Amino acid sequence: MKNNGVFPLRRYRSPAPGIHPPHLYPDYASSVKRAPRHPRVSIPQTLSEITGPGFQPHQLKLGADLTAQSSGKPAGQRILLSGRVLDEDGKPVGNTLIEIWQANAAGRYHHAVDQHNAPLDPNFFGKGQLLTDDEGRYQFKTIKPGAYPWRNHPNAWRPAHIHFSLFGPAISTRLVTQMYFPGDPLLPYDPIFNGIRDEAARQRLIARFDWNTTVPEQALGFTFDIVLRGRLETPMENRL
Amino acid sequence: MTTYPNALLGLAASQTVGPFFQIGFEALYQNDLTVPGLKGRLVTIRGQVFDGDRLPVPDAVIEIWQANSFGKYAHPEDQQDKPLDLGFTGFGRCPTDAEGRFGFRTVRPGPVPSSTETPQAPHINVSIFMRGLLDRLVTRVYFFDDDRNRTDEILNLIDPARRSTLLARPASDDSDAYVWNIVLQGDDETVFLDF
Repeated sequence: MKNNGVFPLRRYRSPAPGIHPPHLYPDYASSVKRAPRHPRVSIPQTLSEITGPGFQPHQLKLGADLTAQSSGKPAGQRILLSGRVLDEDGKPVGNTLIEIWQANAAGRYHHAVDQHNAPLDPNFFGKGQLLTDDEGRYQFKTIKPGAYPWRNHPNAWRPAHIHFSLFGPAISTRLVTQMYFPGDPLLPYDPIFNGIRDEAARQRLIARFDWNTTVPEQALGFTFDIVLRGRLETPMENRL
Repeated sequence: MTTYPNALLGLAASQTVGPFFQIGFEALYQNDLTVPGLKGRLVTIRGQVFDGDRLPVPDAVIEIWQANSFGKYAHPEDQQDKPLDLGFTGFGRCPTDAEGRFGFRTVRPGPVPSSTETPQAPHINVSIFMRGLLDRLVTRVYFFDDDRNRTDEILNLIDPARRSTLLARPASDDSDAYVWNIVLQGDDETVFLDF
């Protein structure tokens, strides 16, 4: 329907409580001066909220192989990171942008602000981009990042993690998260991970080791599926 | 159809972008959304991000999403019979500088449909990410000098005393510029939205 009529808006479900961390979470010290104190104002999703940016292959400047961004080979354990982006109904989110960034194997970011006393790797920059395929699948080749010290509390260390940024079909589905590794002893002490109050939601951010994607003599395989908000069943009317 | 919430897959939780988002985001930094031949009035929207101590936030990143001057989003679910501008994506991304400043060169958006017969007032949708925020903040920016703000469905859901935090005001030094600050805490805390 195009002219002067009404067309259906397919709105997105609200996240269940406890999945997204609160803005104010004092264990994470830098939230204290940055988290708003007023409650957020709930608004209905309009055309503005059910649309969002899309990206074309020619806009991507980084590859999905983070081990091949230099003439030399980066140090550390090579990993293949694979998964699917789905919505809550299990529908693939195809052709959506994923951006990742991470520390190197020694736990150092390729960033001027990171003055952590661990070596930079001249062959590793720690950034990648791709578009998921029609089935929502993605695969990055990278290096397992090291743990990273920070000053949140005495002797604070971030568990090894890879930052993930996803768009999905709308600004309602925009998500920035972090992927963790199974069996990391630092996870119980990390206020960023534990800011997620729901235990199952925390576990979902931990990748699984996967023999099926492990490449003999090349790289360990890890699987990490990412679920974005799904649609409500009943479309709402939207006037032109 | 009936919804069976238990059958839903578990949503991925949000985590902070941390201090080093530049590494992953820089390739798609875009603070000038304009393209040759873009229709409408070109404007600059600039401002600063402040924390609870009124200190500028030097490590935030602001993303915007907007319609073109006709009020049409470059998105397949916008089925309005309105023209698109070739090459105008409506997406911008800008990190703050050492003084917490950000700015976008763009076009003043047109009105988009609401759930009532009165269209929404022109606005730009904003997401804010930074170290210290485990989840993004979302809000909207409107134009101070637009009469349609009075009838805007979303602005009217907001406490009138706080509505002005979403209005970009004409800059004193540049007739094409608007100033809009993002205040994370305090008496003039920006209104943040949830949808």
